[in-house]
Amino acid sequence: MDDRVILRIGAKILVPFIMVFAFYVQFHGDYGPGGGFQAGVILAAGFVLYGLVYGLANLLRVLPPSVPYVCGALGVMIYSGTGFVTLALGGNFLDYNVLAHDPAHGQHYGILFIELGVITTVFGVMVGLFYAFAGRRRS
Amino acid sequence: MITVVDVTLLVLLGVTAISVIRVRNLFAATMLMGIYSLLSAGLFVTMDAMDVAFTEAAVGAGISTILMLGTLALVGSEERAPTHRPVLPLFVTLVVGVVLVYGSLDMPAFGDPSNPVHQHVAPYYLEESYEDTGISNIVTVVLGSYRGFDTMGEGAVVFTALVGVLLLLARGGQGGHRTVDLRPGAVDSASTRKPSAGEESDHG
Repeated sequence: MDDRVILRIGAKILVPFIMVFAFYVQFHGDYGPGGGFQAGVILAAGFVLYGLVYGLANLLRVLPPSVPYVCGALGVMIYSGTGFVTLALGGNFLDYNVLAHDPAHGQHYGILFIELGVITTVFGVMVGLFYAFAGRRRS
Repeated sequence: MITVVDVTLLVLLGVTAISVIRVRNLFAATMLMGIYSLLSAGLFVTMDAMDVAFTEAAVGAGISTILMLGTLALVGSEERAPTHRPVLPLFVTLVVGVVLVYGSLDMPAFGDPSNPVHQHVAPYYLEESYEDTGISNIVTVVLGSYRGFDTMGEGAVVFTALVGVLLLLARGGQGGHRTVDLRPGAVDSASTRKPSAGEESDHG
């Protein structure tokens, strides 16, 4: 891998932009195409590209395997937790109107939280899948 | 103009699909399937389904391709020559295809506002979603708010996929770092897992 200068430098330049683009997709999902699912995949793609070019060992130093696995579960908890918070505030499950005084603001917060849950889960699962496949050696 | 784009994309899609079947090198087949996904994403764009196109391009062309490449690194990239003639599968596929095309003849015209699918809840979403939430992307509002349960289920499905893959591939190791002694059965489970990776693109 040491002699592939263009690949290494190209990936080094691309990775941060891919990650910033993922967060753009995440937070611009209210106004344009995109949302947590796409953002999670793009964010994971940034890490996977790093792992493909610089090797799995380096990616594991950046992102220990426990991180994506915990993220996968944490995202589902954030999502369902939002539902339980609305329940505790007197609304129905995942009824975001009760999250703020103005129902429209509540909807805004609610969608922000659940999209956060979605990006966390999807990011964790995609990187976790990559670890599961790439971590094996050929028999 | 849009017809030209549609026809071009569909022809390329057909050529790519046939190439995937004909090619024996699995590395080439994987790359062609990535191209197939990207062309599908282009078709979704011409149908104004930006969110679906986005998901297809990211998952179908991106992550699925990488997962398949990861599998190829384990199982080798040369497909064995088939030992039987594909007459019966070809016949079944053709019959199913003809039935599907026949069924599509009865479907309402694409994009017609008087279609049944546009008469049920869609008008409410189009007219009221901005009042309800102040968010201008209706797809986000439908997925996040009106259909919040469904999206939670999808998140759980994605998470379950990871759990399933870990159960199959990463038994007894931290993060799947088994180094030696993979039984043939274990490698088989890796290759049968491949279609599921592509299926996830449906959940966008």
